[in-house]
Amino acid sequence: MASLGIDVLFKGTNFMRLLQGLWVSIEISLISVAISILLGLVVGVLMTVDNKILKAVLKLYLETVRIMPQMVLLFIVYFGTTRVFGWDLSAEASAIFVFTFWGTAEMGDLVRGSIKSIPRIQFESAYALGMDKLQTYLYIILPQTIRRLIPLSINLITRMIKTTSLVMMIGIVEVLKVGQQIIEANRNTSPNAAFGVFGVVMLMYFLVCWPISRLSIYLEKRWT
Amino acid sequence: MDISILREYIPLYKEALLLTMKIGWQGILMSLIIGLVGSAILHFKVPVLKTIIGIYIEIFRNTPLLVQLFFIYFALPKVGIRITAETCGVLGLGLLGGAYMIETFRSGLDAIPVIQKESALSLGMSEYQTLWHVIMPQAISISVPGLLANVIFLLKETSVFSTISLMDLMFTAKDLIGMYAKTIECLFLLVVFYLIMLLPVSIIGAIVERRLRYGQFGD
Repeated sequence: MASLGIDVLFKGTNFMRLLQGLWVSIEISLISVAISILLGLVVGVLMTVDNKILKAVLKLYLETVRIMPQMVLLFIVYFGTTRVFGWDLSAEASAIFVFTFWGTAEMGDLVRGSIKSIPRIQFESAYALGMDKLQTYLYIILPQTIRRLIPLSINLITRMIKTTSLVMMIGIVEVLKVGQQIIEANRNTSPNAAFGVFGVVMLMYFLVCWPISRLSIYLEKRWT
Repeated sequence: MDISILREYIPLYKEALLLTMKIGWQGILMSLIIGLVGSAILHFKVPVLKTIIGIYIEIFRNTPLLVQLFFIYFALPKVGIRITAETCGVLGLGLLGGAYMIETFRSGLDAIPVIQKESALSLGMSEYQTLWHVIMPQAISISVPGLLANVIFLLKETSVFSTISLMDLMFTAKDLIGMYAKTIECLFLLVVFYLIMLLPVSIIGAIVERRLRYGQFGD
């Protein structure tokens, strides 16, 4: 095993450093998911409102996010804003901004889909009972969509964690970067470290994402 | 924005676009083949192979493409498997896409009512004829919207190829920004060229989805 560079992982604090690196991307994704879910609920409700201009704007937003690779958005926010507006955004802040921007659109579309699946009669009955729009959404519609939404939002978490591996490209030191550093530092003593280190990084991502996606599939089967 | 700089950079971006598309379509073709074969294996519950496909799907759906590429490109040579960056890109994209395509095709296969198969068999068709002439045409047309969504997803994912030093759009943009610091022009061209590649697929996807919805019975 030594020749495959597994030993490098247990030298000094290497393994802890990898875990810390993993935590950096998980932290960014959790913050982004939390904000995305809150904003997504609002955007999703707005998407169902009958207003042509609002609909067109939100459609444009959703399609832009769908069509542009997240990496391009990251570059625009991280390098572009500095140039155009002179903002000095940190890499972490730009990452959270981009992933929230993306996640809100995705979440909004999920919310729109679940609201559309609620039969019209639910709205009509609520209005007939004298509820106003806000009350109808808060007390009648949203509680019914939650069950459908929970598995889908959990799924969004795994997508977010997978996508945050891109932050390495704007200079955030996350698990892949730490892996590269460890490999470079041990180049002479164990030239094959790349196999062990990148294998373990892949395994780490799998161990984080797999249980979450299983949970999402389980809930989806049980609740819908 | 400086027009003369744009004009100077466009050929570089065009080359990068061609490379991205070349790797993209090869990877997508590979993912389609994996998807068709894999979904058939899962649908007909072939022993042993079924388990292998299951594990493959879970691994590739639950790790980022970036990590997969790093593993294929930097780690595999250490155990004697050496491949070029381009092959690595095709392989990574194909394997990732395959895992998604299998799911898409399988949901298409599972959506065909059993009575279709039974009717075909009772008309005297063989198992193979039933699959090829009755089940597959229906299953594929059901999975077309999902398939196009996967194609867009895969073309977007090509943006991580720059990390294994393939000169794709992302690499070109980063390189030019690093050398000449014409950030705005570079980012503008980056967006334009991704739109050139992705907008047609997205529009076709929207049209096809609408047509298929008209094509369905009832409702």
